[in-house]
Amino acid sequence: MERYRFLRHTADAKFQAFGTTLEEAFINAALATASLMWDWEKIEKKIEYKVEVSGKDLMQLLSSFLEEIIYLLDSKMFLLGFPENLRIEKKGSLHVLKALFKGDKYSDKYKIHGDVKAITYNEMEIEQNVHFMVQVVVDV
Amino acid sequence: MELKRINDYTWEIPKEGDMKVPALIYTSAKLLESVRRDMTLKQAKNVACLRGIQRKSYVMPDAHQGYGFPIGGVAAFDMDDGIISPGGVGYDINCGVRLLRTDYTERDIHERRAQLLAEMSKAVPAGVGKGGITRLSRNVLLEVCAKGAEWAVENGYGTREDLERTEESGRMEAADPSYLSPRAVERGIPQLGTLGAGNHFLEIQKVSEIYDEQVSRVFGIDSVGQVLMMIHCGSRGLGHQVASDYIRLMENKFGIRGLPDRELINAPIRSQLGERYYKSMSAAVNYAFANRQMIAHWVRDVFAKVMGSSEGMSQVYDVCHNVAKFEKHKIDGKEREVCIHRKGATRSFGPGREEIPEIFRSVGQPVIIPGSMGTASYILVGTSEAEQLSFGSTAHGAGRVMSRHEALRRFRGEQIKQEMESRGIELKSTSWKGVAEEASGAYKDVDEVVKVSHKAGLGKLVAKVVPVGVMKG
Repeated sequence: MERYRFLRHTADAKFQAFGTTLEEAFINAALATASLMWDWEKIEKKIEYKVEVSGKDLMQLLSSFLEEIIYLLDSKMFLLGFPENLRIEKKGSLHVLKALFKGDKYSDKYKIHGDVKAITYNEMEIEQNVHFMVQVVVDV
Repeated sequence: MELKRINDYTWEIPKEGDMKVPALIYTSAKLLESVRRDMTLKQAKNVACLRGIQRKSYVMPDAHQGYGFPIGGVAAFDMDDGIISPGGVGYDINCGVRLLRTDYTERDIHERRAQLLAEMSKAVPAGVGKGGITRLSRNVLLEVCAKGAEWAVENGYGTREDLERTEESGRMEAADPSYLSPRAVERGIPQLGTLGAGNHFLEIQKVSEIYDEQVSRVFGIDSVGQVLMMIHCGSRGLGHQVASDYIRLMENKFGIRGLPDRELINAPIRSQLGERYYKSMSAAVNYAFANRQMIAHWVRDVFAKVMGSSEGMSQVYDVCHNVAKFEKHKIDGKEREVCIHRKGATRSFGPGREEIPEIFRSVGQPVIIPGSMGTASYILVGTSEAEQLSFGSTAHGAGRVMSRHEALRRFRGEQIKQEMESRGIELKSTSWKGVAEEASGAYKDVDEVVKVSHKAGLGKLVAKVVPVGVMKG
């Protein structure tokens, strides 16, 4: 199964990410978001950040999760290589996601080719048929 | 969807369903084609359904699909009964444009264009992941957000005259940085004094045509061939975080049921959350003013270094493109305060408005409309008619017609650079991919956009400028 696929959108970037589980689809959505800015496969996994976010619904959870990538870039100059140990649980009325972001601090050896300003709810979809699919439009 | 043609430059979507007011689109037959292809009109209708909306949901000539509100959307809401919406301002709060004049002509700088750009790219950090030159403490950052461009001037960046020639004098008084989240502050600290990426740029331009000599002289634009400097950037990660924070807070407080689009989440202006958003947004507006003030100062330094002097490089004006404000407008014959949202739109006040600097009060405010990379930009002047037509607003740029993804398929960065160089335009960028994404072919025709603004009366043409050197973020 492909990880993610970009679709047409006038102003912003729109992608669908896939997974056999919801967790896998979220991981691939993170990689799709990172791919708009850098080549995540080329990032060394030297540094890690524990990430924990929550949402009242899955869409809020997804947007908060993807925002972590931008927040860590802006505040720590951290480039995500891969989100490991990703788990999604229900706690009361909240969905909680925990993951370990592995990657490296930005330096001249890495090439950054784009910017993601924000994650939007525009045309956001989270679907489960045979597999899971999440669709996101990000503001670039 | 029913679309009623009012005249050559105005179309209306009559009130239907949950719409509280009609939607009015300023466009031309030519531009309407691309507007109809995406979600712009549907989004304008959605805005017309929001509580407390006054007169009409307006769409500017450069409009394209946004999230929630269209880009190029203008809407005003009743102060007591209306709402304020982060999606009506956009993620890049106070993304805007600053224009500096110079005493140089194109001939003076022709041989040194490449050097000017090279020095600018050293002086002004650009691109993703690039930190600023100054490392600020949290307290200083909060002061920047409280005082805006005034903070920058107090700290040696530019002059008091610059402040006078900035929308809001470079400082929104309503700002209260204590409402910024720790994350917004953390993202703001390393990025002050940086250009960013995407469609942000510095451009060395020359005046190519003057349409209104009297007004252009008031603006400091004297002759064809004169060199100008344009700075386009915004509030960086801090502003984006404010938008994301308040979208979430408003969702959790008010829920999303009944909203035609989740990005239209809003709060009553008079609610605690509405007021906090306004004060936080104002803090982000100030951050962006300070950002452009610092960059303008470095640009002057570069001219002083390369050309020998930066004398005469006074500011023409600095305008916001993404903002919400409380303004007085005449509605049904009565003057009332309303909360205006301009998302991808420029304020376009005519003569006499007390908000515009005294030097411009007899002619109207300068409106600065950047084109796309390698194309012309325009200087317009605000009109009194615009207050009735669009709450004193007009277009803010060319407006995209093609996705970045599609642009990447169709254009090559290297080729675009060559093509621009063959037209005498130097280009410097941190990324070829970024160049391809911003190719002018991916944008609406800015000439057509400003023509509609002029003909519809939203803002009148004063001068056309063309690039001679571009530093893309």
